[in-house]
Amino acid sequence: MSKKIWIVLQQRDGKIHKMAWEAVRAGQILAAEVGGTAEAVLLGSGLEEAASEVGQCSLAAVHVADDANLAEYTPGRFVRTLEAAINAAQPAYVLFPHTYQTVDFLGRLAQSLDAALVPEVVAFETVDGSVEWQRPILGGKMFAKVRAKGSGPVLVSLQSGAYSADEVEKGSAPIESLNLDYADMAADREILGVEEAAGGEVDLSQAPVIVSVGRGLGDEEKMPIMQDLADALGAELGASRPVIDSGWLPRDRQIGSSGQTVTPKLYVAAGISGAIQHLVGMKGSQVIVAINKDASAPIFNVADYGIVGDLHEVVPAVTAALKEASGD
Amino acid sequence: MRIAVCIKQVPDTEARLRLSGDGTWIDEEDLSFVINESDTYALEEALQIAERTDGEVVVFSLGPERVREALRKALALGAVRAVHLQDPAFLGGDGLTVGRALAGAIAAEGFDLVLTGSQSDDVGFGSIGSIIAGELGWPHAWLVMGVVLDEANHKVKVAREMEGGMNEISNLDLPAVLEVQAGLNKPRYASLKGIMQAKKKEISEPGPGDLGLAPEGLGESGAKIEVISVAFPETGKGAQMIEGDAETAAKTLVEKLQKEARIL
Repeated sequence: MSKKIWIVLQQRDGKIHKMAWEAVRAGQILAAEVGGTAEAVLLGSGLEEAASEVGQCSLAAVHVADDANLAEYTPGRFVRTLEAAINAAQPAYVLFPHTYQTVDFLGRLAQSLDAALVPEVVAFETVDGSVEWQRPILGGKMFAKVRAKGSGPVLVSLQSGAYSADEVEKGSAPIESLNLDYADMAADREILGVEEAAGGEVDLSQAPVIVSVGRGLGDEEKMPIMQDLADALGAELGASRPVIDSGWLPRDRQIGSSGQTVTPKLYVAAGISGAIQHLVGMKGSQVIVAINKDASAPIFNVADYGIVGDLHEVVPAVTAALKEASGD
Repeated sequence: MRIAVCIKQVPDTEARLRLSGDGTWIDEEDLSFVINESDTYALEEALQIAERTDGEVVVFSLGPERVREALRKALALGAVRAVHLQDPAFLGGDGLTVGRALAGAIAAEGFDLVLTGSQSDDVGFGSIGSIIAGELGWPHAWLVMGVVLDEANHKVKVAREMEGGMNEISNLDLPAVLEVQAGLNKPRYASLKGIMQAKKKEISEPGPGDLGLAPEGLGESGAKIEVISVAFPETGKGAQMIEGDAETAAKTLVEKLQKEARIL
């Protein structure tokens, strides 16, 4: 029997999340590797247009759970829906985009299905018929290869950028309704609304040059050396999450998955090791300079220019070199 | 309010890492360990809630002997008691087996709230809290950035971080499991008095039988995934590494940005 690969898409108001398209591409590749069929799953309410959009991909089917009870995401209803659907159809692999919504419920779904759980996958390959999943560990400093053991479905979430949404193969897929008893499923969360997190004043997305600082600064008192470099470059100051959590800079300076996404002409990262949560917010920058004392820091994988050294020496030296070059 | 806090002891993120002999993990010898960062915020939030509600905090952790040090630190910060799951049957598993064991230990006592960090800094599944919630049949929320208790109505209002700087605001019925994001509060330091008192506080070490858990669902035998290998990524794949002392490297960099990248 050919293996079913399910891709559970995330949508909001009928608009498919960009990372969900990446998951579709991953599902198509996985289906080809294991000799299976890729099928999409959509949950929500009023999904006609979204389903027909997904139906234009090369997939064996688009399963739609379209019900007023699923209009708002709640882990209770989404887990019950997916649990019932997965138990009925028995897919071998279920792929998800590794979004904040997915992580919110994926552990719970694995627990209710007693299924293998492999979150935050960045690559996979098939070796002797079994799939080896690669995922970052230790803040992206290393990678682990894991595989599922035993029977049952394997739940996998795919990290942003691992597969290309632009390479999704086009085709035509039948749209099928998942007939489940949604009224029976209790929401375990009363959604009151969505609000902006505190301090959304600075818009870094338009800044042509950004000087970004990480935990490697070591001490809030040293912030002036970063400001001096930013001034010399006419740049805005940004930061990775630990700097914000420590209160060294306000939250509207945070770059990364829980902060702002930026694509400046020049991005200078000093003392930032390059955890994936930071990289997704800045890797689209035109030119990236990394300064870090640890030569194995993952930031050097996305950088164009790298200097291994103590930022407390290198940053003031770069400021001085810039001033000299501009004839100050 | 009685609050359970689940913490994990992880390698210090600044530590130099080396591969272990069998290549499936890092060499733990001479490595320094700390309480996982987001767990420190979960513990602080729990201590603050306990202080406001005349309650108490019990701290739980699963792992080998070394984890005792992390539990001792949590006791010094104000937890009244600790539970250490270090029976060999608990070890060597995956997220599902860890969540199952912790949920078993929590269910063996009565709690109104379970707090834990949103993600571990080593393995980083980000799922233990929701697995515990599933085992207990309680509601949960991941990436919690705000907690407001409504004791009278037995609810908790949480702000949950979403992508792009937005928060989802929702009410959960108690008891509930909250997976706390780093930055929620300002974790305290241990006082000398706290450190002295911690030495007298109880750390219990129940086994699977004490918690009514079947060993085959725990540890390595219950795990649904296995690690084949771990490795360092290739470094500097795209980066042109600039050599020399700080001054030389800085001059070279500026020159390259001007003449090669042409962006200055």
